[in-house]
Amino acid sequence: MEKSKLLVEERQIVVPGDILAEGMDYLPEQGTFREDDKIIASNVGMVSIKGRLIKLIALNGKYIPRTGDVVIGRITNVATMNWLVDIGYAYEAGLSLKEATSDYIPRGEDLTQFYDFGENIMTKVITVSRAKMIDLTMKGPGLRKLKGGRIIEITPSKVPRIIGREGSMVNMIKDATNTQIIIGQNGKIWIHSEDPLNELKAEEAIKFVDDNCHKDGLTEEVKKFLEKK
Amino acid sequence: MKYEKRFSDRKFDELREMDAKVGIIERADGSAMFKIGKTIAIAAVYGPRQLHPAFLRNPQKGILRCNYNMMSFSGSGDRVKPGPSRRSREISMVIENALIPVLDLSDFPNAVIDVFIELIQTDAGTRCAGITAAAMALADSGLTMKDLVSAVSVGKVGDKIVVDLDKEEEDFEGGATDIPIAMTPRTGKITLLQLDGEISKEELDKALKASRDACNKIYELQKKALKEKYGEKNV
Repeated sequence: MEKSKLLVEERQIVVPGDILAEGMDYLPEQGTFREDDKIIASNVGMVSIKGRLIKLIALNGKYIPRTGDVVIGRITNVATMNWLVDIGYAYEAGLSLKEATSDYIPRGEDLTQFYDFGENIMTKVITVSRAKMIDLTMKGPGLRKLKGGRIIEITPSKVPRIIGREGSMVNMIKDATNTQIIIGQNGKIWIHSEDPLNELKAEEAIKFVDDNCHKDGLTEEVKKFLEKK
Repeated sequence: MKYEKRFSDRKFDELREMDAKVGIIERADGSAMFKIGKTIAIAAVYGPRQLHPAFLRNPQKGILRCNYNMMSFSGSGDRVKPGPSRRSREISMVIENALIPVLDLSDFPNAVIDVFIELIQTDAGTRCAGITAAAMALADSGLTMKDLVSAVSVGKVGDKIVVDLDKEEEDFEGGATDIPIAMTPRTGKITLLQLDGEISKEELDKALKASRDACNKIYELQKKALKEKYGEKNV
């Protein structure tokens, strides 16, 4: 048998169709697939090699919901028994009465008094079915309606970078700008402060992280960025 | 009729000057520009998103919807009548068919991926420029793709096989046959081939071979443009 050959380096940027490795010794993971004896990229991404496994870290793309994700959504429709919520996916998610509140609601009650059109909520994904039916819940710590503040959007794949190790990045931004920040896994971020100028400052800092996502020593740079402001 | 020297002074297998850029439209999910000679195509991808009208929905997998449009000021002569036409409907359809083999849409039942291709300046080879730009835009939007798609037009002008015809050559009075070809560069599989005109079997073989080399050149540029957008942040 011929020897397997790796054709890319760690952290290299590849595009769909790029051949990453030849031979059967390597295994394809997320963002890659095998064709004959080759491993080929199927997304734009950054190569990450762990032993025999080759995967791509996504640099773009829309949010794909997973069970347990805490996301920020906007109410787009109020029906008789449930709400529809836009969570930045191709399909709208449903929030049922049972999952929305523990209060007793008489038949025929106006549901807009709980959540009205256009309101933003922090919610959790409980199930994602194969037919792309997504169920949400409001039962859980911190899940609530988001009043006031502003919502900005970033690339969902960069969310872990904004949060930082054990929340280090977002906590630093919170402390420096004196704001409340909630980050949804879907790339939507809610920023709230008494002073709108602080919100603006936090927004700029988050945009800065989004733009410089792959730099080393990012925390230090963000610190400098915040001090300058 | 003899065709000895190209109007544009190019070699017979030489492409026009090309330029490509990815991420030109901020609000789109993916976008790209491709310029070849005087032809400029821009492509924008939106989605996957809910498909309307609902009767077009496919509950098994998502659909691709392309829209090819020549802008009214894009031609070299008269104003192009704006809006959909018989011609643009057909080209939209062949572009869809040229792109769908590299996409996997089984993850998006009932949804649509919209690709808008706008030609802001035209000098022949518009559907090929459109496909090339659309492939980059699709990759930019983060969709799962088996490969990119590169496209070029080859053909016979007078008695010569030429690559990348411009408008002047297409209208050559000694007769010209234009063959737009799209292929997946890695595997060399053809996803679009249109031909009307006269050409012999041997000449067609020769033209196909020439298109392969030309597509590889375009492919390199596509890769470069994509990596430029995502690479610059990592240096």
